[in-house]
Amino acid sequence: MIMNRYSRQINLPQVGISGQQKLTDAKVLVVGAGGLGCAVLPYLTSAGIGNIGIIDGDTVDETNLHRQTLYAEEDINLSKAKTAADHLKRNNSTVSIQTYEVFLNGKNALDIISKYDLVIDASDNLATRYLINDACVLLDKPFVHGSVHQFEGQVTVCNSQNGPTYRCLFPEANGNVQNCEEAGVLGTTVGIIGMLQANEAMKLILGIGELLSGKLLVYNSLTSLQHIFSFSKKQEPVIDNAFYAIKYLNSNVRNQSITEALQNGITLIDVRETGELPSVEHPNVLKLPLSALELNLDSLNPENTYAIFCQSGIRSKQAANILKQQQFKSIICITDGAEAISKLLKNEKSIH
Amino acid sequence: MAVIKYFGAVAEITQCTEEHIEVKNETLSDILEHLFKKYELQQLPIHIALNANLVSIEAETAVANTDEIALLPPFAGG
Repeated sequence: MIMNRYSRQINLPQVGISGQQKLTDAKVLVVGAGGLGCAVLPYLTSAGIGNIGIIDGDTVDETNLHRQTLYAEEDINLSKAKTAADHLKRNNSTVSIQTYEVFLNGKNALDIISKYDLVIDASDNLATRYLINDACVLLDKPFVHGSVHQFEGQVTVCNSQNGPTYRCLFPEANGNVQNCEEAGVLGTTVGIIGMLQANEAMKLILGIGELLSGKLLVYNSLTSLQHIFSFSKKQEPVIDNAFYAIKYLNSNVRNQSITEALQNGITLIDVRETGELPSVEHPNVLKLPLSALELNLDSLNPENTYAIFCQSGIRSKQAANILKQQQFKSIICITDGAEAISKLLKNEKSIH
Repeated sequence: MAVIKYFGAVAEITQCTEEHIEVKNETLSDILEHLFKKYELQQLPIHIALNANLVSIEAETAVANTDEIALLPPFAGG
């Protein structure tokens, strides 16, 4: 019965019974059950990937429904990871789906990723993307990167058979990078990019075709044009245990989502300049523009924990460095930028 | 004429996905400096591909009128 179920893909000479066995034996972790995750997951599940992990600490929001097609209206406010898993099991009860209703962070990444052979980066922010890269390099696991900006998307396979990594492609740099909430996105664009990721995952598991390893595919859904750029492995930075520990474990600067920070009742600092919109009025929010932060340090207590946010997550990083240099004990960078602001606004409404 | 291609947030700022420029003796970094100034791109993390290969911006690379330069920012959304 199971073989009948997969007969149409087993009939492909490149797959066959042995290929189906590879899919059954595969263990794939999908980081993020948003737009990309919702495109990747149904195809991994229906193809019979034996073990699937879904990690996402977020809940379903009304603004997700136009592109995150695994969710229904009645799922609003429910856990994305769990809701996605319930939906997927209806398609294929033979696959094992493990859910993690948390966000991937420096402390849990190595433990969770070590249980899988392949990771799909379907996250929605650069901090998580570099974390996935670094954890995968440390654990020697390949991952398939996918990301979207408006009508364009990027796909590449990283760290496959000691191949180039995401840091070889895009060394970490300061600057402003928007996520879907800020930039806007069409459901079909993110769906296409997720599908390309799922396709790379299938090829990687089956050992067929040519992978996008050392190659960045950039697709434009308005023109239907795609470009492929080549990149090679770089020796720097060396990602070892020490690098990982400094960046993610020992540091007094941590990354957190706004949802986590709000749950923990931490004081938030808005480092946007005066007049930047939307304005957030919230009992837990201090307004200290980055340009004047150093002059206003007296109003803060270095023993307290502060969570810093801005429009995109770049200035919050710069502000965190300033506080770090001033020996503040515990600093949190809010990773979700403008989305954090909109969630705060929603929270503000529910308070009044 | 060398072709300059823009992607993602860069194309949003330049308001076009490609343009052609006449190259005389400028190096890659000369051209980039000119474009970064013209479009005020300094705030973006931009990586450069020359003829579809990612290259270091610092390199004093010669550019020919048959070359294609791409300005690629990482995308964050998903």
